[in-house]
Amino acid sequence: MLLSATAIHPRDPDARRRATALVIAIIVLWPLLVVAQFNPAILFDAKNLAAMAAFLRGFVPPEMSAEFLGHVVRATVETLAIATTGITLAFVVAVPLALAVTRSLSVSRIGPGPGYWRGTAVRAGVRMLLTILRGLPELVWALVFVRVLGLGPAAAVLALAITYGGMLGKVYAEILESTDTTPARALLESGSRRGAALLYGLLPNAAPEIVSYTVYRWECAIRASVMMGFVGAGGLGQLMDQAMKLLHGGEAATILIVFLLLVQLADAISARLRKQLA
Amino acid sequence: MRDEAKAFHFCLSCTLTLVVLASLIAASFAYLSLGLERLLSVAAVADMGQFIVSFFPPDVSLGFLQRVAYGAVETLAISAVGTLLAMMFGVILALPASGRYGRALRAAVRFVLNLLRSIPELVWATLMVLAAGLGPFAGTLALGMHTSGVLGRLFAEALENTPVEPSEALRQSGATRAVAFMYGTLPGVLPQFVAYALYRWEMNIRMAAILGFVGAGGLGQLLYYELSLLHQTQVCSVIIAMLLLTLAVDLLSATVRKGLGRAYG
Repeated sequence: MLLSATAIHPRDPDARRRATALVIAIIVLWPLLVVAQFNPAILFDAKNLAAMAAFLRGFVPPEMSAEFLGHVVRATVETLAIATTGITLAFVVAVPLALAVTRSLSVSRIGPGPGYWRGTAVRAGVRMLLTILRGLPELVWALVFVRVLGLGPAAAVLALAITYGGMLGKVYAEILESTDTTPARALLESGSRRGAALLYGLLPNAAPEIVSYTVYRWECAIRASVMMGFVGAGGLGQLMDQAMKLLHGGEAATILIVFLLLVQLADAISARLRKQLA
Repeated sequence: MRDEAKAFHFCLSCTLTLVVLASLIAASFAYLSLGLERLLSVAAVADMGQFIVSFFPPDVSLGFLQRVAYGAVETLAISAVGTLLAMMFGVILALPASGRYGRALRAAVRFVLNLLRSIPELVWATLMVLAAGLGPFAGTLALGMHTSGVLGRLFAEALENTPVEPSEALRQSGATRAVAFMYGTLPGVLPQFVAYALYRWEMNIRMAAILGFVGAGGLGQLLYYELSLLHQTQVCSVIIAMLLLTLAVDLLSATVRKGLGRAYG
């Protein structure tokens, strides 16, 4: 088919540029492939194929014994509880930090007066703290906390509180700065306290967006808490990790199905909640 | 009067939702019985302080820094090759998923794309470690699998939304289907394809850094290894490297986005 293309256009005007781009792409790509140990042949190695096939054959039928389903239900509830407590703690971490960096609530910014540089410095410092909190993926924190607190949900909850605290804090501040800030400014300039300016000037406009983002993050936290189970932080993920390490295909299949249903359910709940609260 | 009743009713349902939410949160804390209060005792705080201090100073010996740098390069390579693989398979799957080979095939391929996408990278990584052995290739394949699902769907939507007139014109003047696609359809969607792929690459760099926890290479594998050996100072260096990598990616993508902002709206 490409031959017929050259037959129609015997001289492709762009041929030289295309050939150069291809050569450069290959030169750049080659070391990457070497570093990534790219070797598709390994997939067709007889031993690997046999191991994979045996594991996948185990997927059907999914494990359905009452005892195992009991474990799965308990793990699912644990996952939901981890996500909920994690988000709650993250909210507690995020709110003060967000309020500290929100420029539209700063009194010192309004006019010449003492404390301008101090305010700016505090905001820059807290902003950096937020960046560091959310800079590391929650899985890294979970891995470290599992070493300190032992296997179980506590590590996952703390990891969520840190990473999601950083994310929520940053986004809350952005929301509070991007809504209409004139009411808050008017209140501050006429001498109201910052708490009042927040409650009556900013929140009426910003609350729906804040609620909706928090609920969306809860949905993400469910997925994250399953993932953190893979490093031993409890819930559905830990069960899935065990099933996969022991090559129990049937159990892995059941857990995967439950996981997919859970994500769908969380999606539906979060859509409804956002509609109701926003 | 009626408005007042309505307002009152609305608030009732709001309040109910809030009460239910609060009790669910309380139930969650009770169910997990985390004992977080034990973290607040003086002894625990002292323990925690000692634990944190044991990570410092980070190991900056030349030999170890070389290993960290290689881990970072490996992470970048995993994410880049994984995303490229996904781009390739994404295009291959997006063609039938955009409905150009009939409705039945469209539905079937969309199901496959959904499946690829719904299974998280970490689960794919555990599977791929079985299929390809420990090491970066497993991570590459895992990222490729998940991202193929994501990109395939996005590409299919781009293909469905692009105007058909240019390729129709080529077809009617006698071009083959392949030529009509290459010169009539692809130029219109390619910028979107590239933009989606770059966006996923950014996410995949972050993901590649942690896939190593299940043995799929990169910085994550180094971190897991050093943490298992209780080498705190080395762990600290790896964590700092991860933080720098994510911050650099954030900064770079923000800058690029600002630069492209005008072209891509």
